[in-house]
Amino acid sequence: MTTLTAKDKDAVRTFWANVSGKEEDIGSDAVARMLAVYPQTKTYFSHWKDLSPSSPSARKHGITVMKGVADAVSKIDDLKGGLLTLSELHAFTLRVDPANFKIISHCLLVVLSIKFPNDFTPEVHVALDKFLAALALALAEKYR
Amino acid sequence: MVEWTDFERATIVDIFSKMQYEVVGPAALARCLIVYPWTQRYFGNFGNLYNAAAISGNPMVAKHGTTILHGLDRAVKNMDDIKSTYAELSVLHSEKLHVDPDNFKLLSDCLTIVVAAQLGNDFTGEVQAAFQKFLAVVVSSLGRQYH
Repeated sequence: MTTLTAKDKDAVRTFWANVSGKEEDIGSDAVARMLAVYPQTKTYFSHWKDLSPSSPSARKHGITVMKGVADAVSKIDDLKGGLLTLSELHAFTLRVDPANFKIISHCLLVVLSIKFPNDFTPEVHVALDKFLAALALALAEKYR
Repeated sequence: MVEWTDFERATIVDIFSKMQYEVVGPAALARCLIVYPWTQRYFGNFGNLYNAAAISGNPMVAKHGTTILHGLDRAVKNMDDIKSTYAELSVLHSEKLHVDPDNFKLLSDCLTIVVAAQLGNDFTGEVQAAFQKFLAVVVSSLGRQYH
């Protein structure tokens, strides 16, 4: 929607220092919530033995997703270029409907709000929301 | 008609019984105006909305946030017929206030995030699912009378 300003990038990078070390818990919690709150997302995981939010597959997937987000933070100055391979993966192999990127982004913001109630101010919220939207756009880059 | 499980009913009643309306309402509305600045279009007469600090400190925003949250009370008390409960409010938002119904979802997302911060770990995935289902029904009812 809009380009990330220097202020946005700073806010994201500064806030991300809080996240360091907690990525696994945050990622798993976000995916667990996604599966619980938006059951239609389970359609992408029919190959899992256990589709419950607390399953080992869900936890592992949360960790994978969060690693991707953390990587994107480090490539915040060029998300399209930096996430090219991931975009190809999502476009040609995974074919996740981009509407779902909004869903996982929202779940991630809920987890951050729970874990960092004082640091997740409205200003940080808007910067992160913009960042996740830009991330989603970069991931959808190769779709068509 | 919407079917509510016992867990969902109990969860919604519980959340709202413990809620500090004058804290959560203002916080949610302020957050919405900050994170989605185009929503400010409906509040031209609210005075200073120039930056996050101004919005967060604006007394009209605070008052309106509290009003909105008390409006949700009616849905909590009438969970089995939120649609009729909000018919008049839906007409008001459409005919008089001319609010794009997509905005209801934006505010509802901000409210979820504020309540999450308040409840902390008690805001589990199952609680979040119940809360968001409730808000989705509210949002749908508010948009129902638009034509």
